[in-house]
Amino acid sequence: MENLIALLVGAPLLGAAVLLCGGRRLDKSGHWLGTLLAAVSFVIGLALFADMLGRSADDRAMYQRLYTWIPVEGFQADIAFQLDQLSMTFVLLISGVGTLIHVYSIGYMEHDERRRRFFGYLNLFVAAMLLLVLADNYLLLYFGWEGVGLASYLLIGFWQHKPSAATAAKKAFIVNRVGDMGLSIAIMIMFTTFGTFTFGPVLASTGEASQGTLTAIGLMLLLAACGKSAQVPLQSWLGDAMEGPTPVSALIHAATMVTAGVYLIVRSADIFNAAPDAQLVVTIVGAVTLLFGAIVGCAKDDIKKALAGSTMSQIGYMILAAGLGPIGYVFAIMHLVTHGFFKAGLFLGAGSVMHGMNDEVDMRKYGGLRKYMPVTFVTFGLGYLAIIGFPGLSGFFSKDKIIEAAFAKGGTEGWILGAVTLLGAAITAYYMTRVMLMTFFGEKRWENDPDGNPPHPHESPKSMTIPMILLAVGSVAAGAYFEFAGFVEWLEPVTGFAHGHSPLSAATVTAATVAVMVIGVGLAYLQYGRRPVPVVAPRGSLLTRAARRDLLQDDFNHAVFVTGGTHVTRSLVYVDHTLVDGVVNGTAAAVGGLSGRLRKLQNGYARTYAVSMFGGTAVLIAATLLMRAV
Amino acid sequence: MSTTAVHSLWTTAAVEPLNKIPAPHIEYTQLSPVLIVVGAAIVSVLLEAFVPRKGRYVAQVFLSVLALAAAFAAVVALAAGGYGTTKAQIAAMGAIAVDGPALFLQGTILLASIVAIFTFAERRLDPADHGHKVDSFAAEAAAVPGSEQEKAAVKAGFTTTEVFPLALFAIAGMLVFPAANDLLTLFVALEVFSLPLYLLCAVARRKRLMSQEAAVKYFLLGAFSSAFLLFGIALLYGYAGSVSYATIARVVDGAVVSVNPALADTMGNDVLLLIGFAMVLTGLLFKVGAVPFHMWTPDVYQGAPTPVTGFMAAATKVAAFGALLRLLYVVLPGLTWDWRPVMWGVAIATMLGGAIVAITQTDIKRLLAYSSIAHAGFLLAGVIAATPDGISSVLFYLGAYSFVTIGAFAVVTLVRDAGGEATHLSKWAGLGRRSPLVAAVFAVFLLAFAGIPLTSGFSGKFAVFKAAADGGAGALVVVGVLSSAIAAFFYIRVIVLMFFSEPKADGPTVAVPSALTTLTITAGVVVTLVLGVAPQYFLDLANQASVFVR
Repeated sequence: MENLIALLVGAPLLGAAVLLCGGRRLDKSGHWLGTLLAAVSFVIGLALFADMLGRSADDRAMYQRLYTWIPVEGFQADIAFQLDQLSMTFVLLISGVGTLIHVYSIGYMEHDERRRRFFGYLNLFVAAMLLLVLADNYLLLYFGWEGVGLASYLLIGFWQHKPSAATAAKKAFIVNRVGDMGLSIAIMIMFTTFGTFTFGPVLASTGEASQGTLTAIGLMLLLAACGKSAQVPLQSWLGDAMEGPTPVSALIHAATMVTAGVYLIVRSADIFNAAPDAQLVVTIVGAVTLLFGAIVGCAKDDIKKALAGSTMSQIGYMILAAGLGPIGYVFAIMHLVTHGFFKAGLFLGAGSVMHGMNDEVDMRKYGGLRKYMPVTFVTFGLGYLAIIGFPGLSGFFSKDKIIEAAFAKGGTEGWILGAVTLLGAAITAYYMTRVMLMTFFGEKRWENDPDGNPPHPHESPKSMTIPMILLAVGSVAAGAYFEFAGFVEWLEPVTGFAHGHSPLSAATVTAATVAVMVIGVGLAYLQYGRRPVPVVAPRGSLLTRAARRDLLQDDFNHAVFVTGGTHVTRSLVYVDHTLVDGVVNGTAAAVGGLSGRLRKLQNGYARTYAVSMFGGTAVLIAATLLMRAV
Repeated sequence: MSTTAVHSLWTTAAVEPLNKIPAPHIEYTQLSPVLIVVGAAIVSVLLEAFVPRKGRYVAQVFLSVLALAAAFAAVVALAAGGYGTTKAQIAAMGAIAVDGPALFLQGTILLASIVAIFTFAERRLDPADHGHKVDSFAAEAAAVPGSEQEKAAVKAGFTTTEVFPLALFAIAGMLVFPAANDLLTLFVALEVFSLPLYLLCAVARRKRLMSQEAAVKYFLLGAFSSAFLLFGIALLYGYAGSVSYATIARVVDGAVVSVNPALADTMGNDVLLLIGFAMVLTGLLFKVGAVPFHMWTPDVYQGAPTPVTGFMAAATKVAAFGALLRLLYVVLPGLTWDWRPVMWGVAIATMLGGAIVAITQTDIKRLLAYSSIAHAGFLLAGVIAATPDGISSVLFYLGAYSFVTIGAFAVVTLVRDAGGEATHLSKWAGLGRRSPLVAAVFAVFLLAFAGIPLTSGFSGKFAVFKAAADGGAGALVVVGVLSSAIAAFFYIRVIVLMFFSEPKADGPTVAVPSALTTLTITAGVVVTLVLGVAPQYFLDLANQASVFVR
């Protein structure tokens, strides 16, 4: 069975190669090929999953070594895979949701003349993402990490004729570079400390490294996670990334790629367990981001950007859980999977709405769509209920566990983190209800498109609705399934698990969670359900205006990094021009001048040359004798 | 010395019958490369005498190439027969060594000579004169430039086919030079290859006065350096009582075998040794063109017919470095601590001097002359390593450098205007737009000179610098790298000039050569790239060939 692991990556990689190199002749059939190969990955994943379930809990990890990638003495890097329960979970999520989104894209991208290329990029993404979660060492993981970054860049900027898309792609790429640097530094520290970067040896020998080294590795890994998973302070790219086609937002910027940071932290659990300071920073980043994203989500009128704020916030929950250590790892992953279902479903729903509304994204120009798009309304509604944590749906189980674990952290920290997660749950309920109400309820606020055509909202084709329905099923049932099928026992051999000692009983926490959810929904209903929604956004409070501008993140980045960077660059250019060039040009002038002088010695007279030889011989003799005398 | 001793000397000599002098034992097989070339040279002279003028060119070219190829085959056969390694020996009554370095260098000289002979034989570059094809050499070398006699010779379509026997004699001398195992053979070989070269320098068809001036300068200074060499040999004989390398080495090591009574006062006197060594060194450093014995190089390189310049720059350097290596590694290993500091100074002066003065040159041939001086410096760095790696790196470098040099000078012969070769750099502006291929080929050679990776120049330079650094001459490597940086400037400047400058209206034309020069240039490019991309086989070969027989 192990030998199938490479095929997981290989199938979509083949698809990407064929679709991107194949040329126009594949324009008609390319999307089918891409979808098929993604499905092949999923089927192989299922087969491996079945095989894995058939083994005992301690014997589930599988390994496949393809070849030595970098065979340098003392620096061996293998193309080798490790498929354990954690990787398996991701493989199924990535290839499963990935396949559904491939199917969805067939309909969504139907009228795009570059559809073949789009599917090539999607396959490239799936291959890179699978490589990321299947790698058995950090260097190969880094390869996949960069691969998904590349795919993300290509897909955000897919409609490159729009300057905003091109800019957004560039922004995502640049911000991600900052995080990627963290990962590469972490790998370098690992290599110098442990002499290897294979998961097994590195994670087994954390005891040999000093606390400071481990904290450094942990913080650098966190920096990487912040970049890829859009956590504060590297969160700024995610909102702009919504410029990409909606299936991309669903797959890459909601369900899978942005969760790579959570994977990285959970995969490196042993490092973080041994570095409590780094862990504390992880929880702080998670807590800050979950509020940051939620607040931004409340203020956005663009449906995709509101969902992007929500994604940021939900990943904040996962990061926070991952920072809690063994009491949280399992729940971080559990929330990651359920979030993958409902958030992908929500995005696909949003795409379906846009599809029917002339690609309008402003929710203030929606309204009353539930009658026109019943399937979208129901599936979106189920995703909505799941994310706000409606009892019995998947978000309820996974989020509730994280809140419990946060309280169980203990001490003041526990209380603060618990309160933050509860507050986040309330805001989540508020902004999601806002989205729901503005889109599907209330009166029609539709506007004609720039060509003067009125929108004709209609249900999307089957290729789009079927994936939405399947994801809605996941949104409803995944949480309960995990809860009762033993997700904790499934992951425990990899991530470890510890029961926390919560100061509050589980029932209390659950009750509180439901209560704050009801409060959030109620507030939103009062504001957007009872009153008509203005088509033009009101000026709003200072906080609202700041939130609309993503809490001034871009202004901050511009003021500090762009302006500061420009100044540094200018000063360096000045130093380069005056000092460096001065030295260089001075040397060149000196050598040139010397050359001009020496050249005059070559005057063309044989007698001068003879004198030179005579003098040279005399010096040789003198020097030889002198050497002996000394 | 007592009177009886003198008496007994006389009586001993009187008693020995003359017929007891043993006939020299000659190993014809082991010496076959040299013998083939010498034989061909003699036949070549006879061809000049007996073959009608019309047929001489073809006969000479055919004979030369055949002889050189046969000699090369003999070298390969000897090497394959183990004479470079296990069966290395001293032949011809101790006069000539047959060992790895000798065979490697002889092979290099022969290959370089073959491609150089192709450029000698090129007759397509200039338009036919009075209906006769012309080459780079004067119609009648003895005629006064511009005289009626010269005009008549041109009109009659004379050509100086004597260049072929001259070249063959020079090659024969060069083959012996690195193999010479005693000082007298060394000197004879030096003269055998130098004298024909002086003549060859004088026979240019165009710019004849410059050519003759170059020849006279070369001859005068060459004679001067030979005098130093010969005096040095005399002093060393006085010191060791022998001109044999092995004996001198033993005496230097303190193991005096037998004292020649006539030399009882001088033998073992270190002052003689040191002065003699310095003077012999002068003679060899003159030939390799090391600072401060380099001043003939630019003038001679510029004045000599360009095919001769290419031949001389490549083959002479190989032969002279071979002799230098043997002198330092076989004769004077016991003197390493004395010669190393001196050679350090020479190497540094040579590297920096060549590179710095080259910057302000405006003539492409002079530029290449200074470049060859700088390269002599890099080679000296490898020599100074005083390790087996030093030997092999120098051998490799010499092989790589010869082909780049001959190729580069062959390209120079192609760029022409009304006055013959257009050697002034300003004429080369924009050549890349007019003749992209020729400019690209020249750029490859320049990059190789500069030591840019993927060319043989890089592999060679890396090898000698590595050997020097491992041999404890790290500072020398630093100077070498700095000089390389300076040198890169003027190589790259020519490339920039060729590709990024506007061509001049009255710029030169690029002649379309015959297959001969094309072959030379192609060989240069191929060797440059092969030794740059996959040098390992040849490095191994040089490594196997790096043991001197003592």
